[in-house]
Amino acid sequence: MPLSKIKFDKKIVLSFWIILIALIIAAPTLLPVFRLNLLGRYLSLSIVALGVDLIWGYTGLLSLGQGIFFALGGYCAAMYLQITSSSEFPNNIPEFFALYGVEKLPFFWEPFRSPVFTFLAIWIIPALVAGLIGFLVFRNRIKGVYFSILTQASLLVFFNFFNGQQKLINGTNGLKTDVTQLFGQMVGSESMQRIFFWITAILVISAWFFAKWVVKGRFGNILIGIRDDEPRVRFTGYNPVIFKTIIFSIAGGLAGISGALYTVQSGIVSPQFMTVPFSIEMVIWVAVGGRGTLLGAILGAVFINYAKSLVSEALPASWMFIQGGLFILVVTALPEGVLGWIQGDGPRNLLQRFGLKRKIETYPSLEVENKEGDNE
Amino acid sequence: MNNKELLNLIDITVSFEGFLALNKLNLNLRKGELRAVIGPNGAGKTTFLDVITGKVKPTKGEVIFKGKSLIGRKEHKIARLGVGRKFQSPRIFENLTVKENLEISVTTPKSPLNLIKKSIKDEQLNEIERLMKIVNLAQKVDSKAGSLSHGQKQWLEIAMLVGQKPDLMLVDEPVAGLTDEETDLTADLLKSLSGENTVVVIDHDMEFIRRLDSNVSVLNQGTVLCEGTMETIQRDKKVIDVYLGRPED
Repeated sequence: MPLSKIKFDKKIVLSFWIILIALIIAAPTLLPVFRLNLLGRYLSLSIVALGVDLIWGYTGLLSLGQGIFFALGGYCAAMYLQITSSSEFPNNIPEFFALYGVEKLPFFWEPFRSPVFTFLAIWIIPALVAGLIGFLVFRNRIKGVYFSILTQASLLVFFNFFNGQQKLINGTNGLKTDVTQLFGQMVGSESMQRIFFWITAILVISAWFFAKWVVKGRFGNILIGIRDDEPRVRFTGYNPVIFKTIIFSIAGGLAGISGALYTVQSGIVSPQFMTVPFSIEMVIWVAVGGRGTLLGAILGAVFINYAKSLVSEALPASWMFIQGGLFILVVTALPEGVLGWIQGDGPRNLLQRFGLKRKIETYPSLEVENKEGDNE
Repeated sequence: MNNKELLNLIDITVSFEGFLALNKLNLNLRKGELRAVIGPNGAGKTTFLDVITGKVKPTKGEVIFKGKSLIGRKEHKIARLGVGRKFQSPRIFENLTVKENLEISVTTPKSPLNLIKKSIKDEQLNEIERLMKIVNLAQKVDSKAGSLSHGQKQWLEIAMLVGQKPDLMLVDEPVAGLTDEETDLTADLLKSLSGENTVVVIDHDMEFIRRLDSNVSVLNQGTVLCEGTMETIQRDKKVIDVYLGRPED
C-alpha cells in the first residue's frame, strides 16, 4: 500500500503535532541565534515555495518570476519600518532620501505610515499584481514555455526598474530594516528575531493548511484538470482563465508574505530579490521536494537552503555545482521529487531491487474484500 | 426558423491558409434527433465539430443554436449554453478518480466561487451514482481514471458528457478501439439518449452507424454530399463513388 494511502492513527498525528509545536517553541533556546535566524529565513522561503507548488505542481504553470511578488512583499514591509523609524532624520523621512536630495516623501510612501495598510498591502499588492499579469497572459492563452519566458521577462523588467529608482526606493542599495524600530524595539535585535521566528513558523503552518484547503475538492480537481488537459476543462464549461488567474494571484500573495518575513529576518530588501537565479531556485526547491505534494515544497525549501548554508560554510563556491547536480538528479531519477518518490513506494522498490526486501505477495487490489467484480 | 430546430449551420466555410476544410456546409438538426455523420478522412468531420464548439472560427457562415448565434463565443460559454462534446480519443482527467471526473461534469454553476464555497449537492451525487451504473463503472468509483481500460475510458467520457446535461451532444468516434460487444452497447446507449437529447455521432464504422438506425449525413471535401437514411445513402451514386467504394474495387 503506498504511503500516501495510509491513514495515520489520530494519536500519532496528535503526537506529531505536539512534538512539532514543542520544537517550534523551544527552537530559540536550542539553536544559537545565528542558526535560528537562518532557520526562520528558510521557513519563510517555504511559503513562496508553497505558492510555486500551487501554480506549478497543481496547475502546470511554471512561473520563473515569483521573485517579483516576493520582493513586493518585502518592500511593503521595509517601507513601513523605514517610515515609522524616520523621526530623527531630516524632514522626518527615511535617511537615504537625503543622499539623493529628496526632501519630500514620494506620495506612494504615505499609506505605509499605517500598520493596518501595510499588513494588508504585504499580501494584497503582490496578489493584485500577480492577478493582473496573470489575467493578461492567460486571457491570451499564453502557456507552457512561453508563459515561463514571459514571467522571467517580467521579472527582469521589475528588477531593472527597482534598480534604477534611487530617489524613490533607494535603487540598488535596497531598504534596510535591521536598524529600524518596531513597537519600541530594534527589528534586528535578538528578542525581535525570536518573535519573527515564531510568527514565521505559525504562518508556514497556516499557509500549508490554506494551500491544502485550496487544492482539496472540486476546485483543486479543476486545477489538476487544467494542468493535464486544459481544452477539455474548457469544453466542459469551465473558464480556465479565471481559475488560473485566481491561483496565480494566490501564489503571488503567498510570495508577498514570504518576502516580508524574509526581509525582516535578513535585515534588508533589495532588487537582489528579483534576480533570475533566485526565482529559478524557488522552482528547484519544489522540484526536489516533490511537485503537487505541498509538504514537499516546504521541506524542499528548508532543507535545500539549510544544505546551501552548511555546504557554503565548508566548501565555498561549490554549492552551485551541488544544486545543479541535485536538480539534474531529480529531473532524471526522481521526477516526482523526493516526497513524491517516497509516497509512490519508491523506497520499497529500491530495497527490492537490491534484494533487501521481499516482493509484495499479493496484488494490492486483491486485498480488498467484499468487492467482487473489482478485479477483472 | 422552425422552433423545433436546435441547430442550423448555414454556409459554413473554414479556410486554413487557403485549404478549405469546410466549404459552404449546411446542416440542420431537429430537437431530439440522432444524426450520424460519416465521411472519408479529411472530409472535415472534426472541423465541423470544432466550429460548433467554438474551437475554430469559421471564415464565413453562421451557426445558430437554440436561436442564438454561436460565432465568436468562447468555448466554455458555448458549453454552458448546452453543447457537449466527446473527443475522438478518450479525454478524461487521468489523475483524478472516476467520481472526481464525473463531479467536474455534473457541477453547476461552474464558477470558482461555487466550487470553493459549497460542497457538491445531493442531487448531483445521485446523478453521479446513476451515471456510474449506466456505464458500468460503479465498482471503480475511487480508481484513478488513468487506470481504466480503453473501453472504460470511452464510457467514462460518455458519462461525463451526459452528466453535463447538454441539449446537443457531439460524439466523435465513440467506438474507436472498442470490442464488438462494447460497440453494440454504446450504440444502444446513444440511441436511448436521443429523443430527450439531440445527438450527433461521427464515425467510420459502418456497422455501428447502421445499428444507430438514424439519419445519416455524408461529408466530403468539406460539404454535405448527401443526407438520408442508411438505405438511401447506400444507394446514392455520389456516396458510392467517394466513400463506400464500388463493389468492383
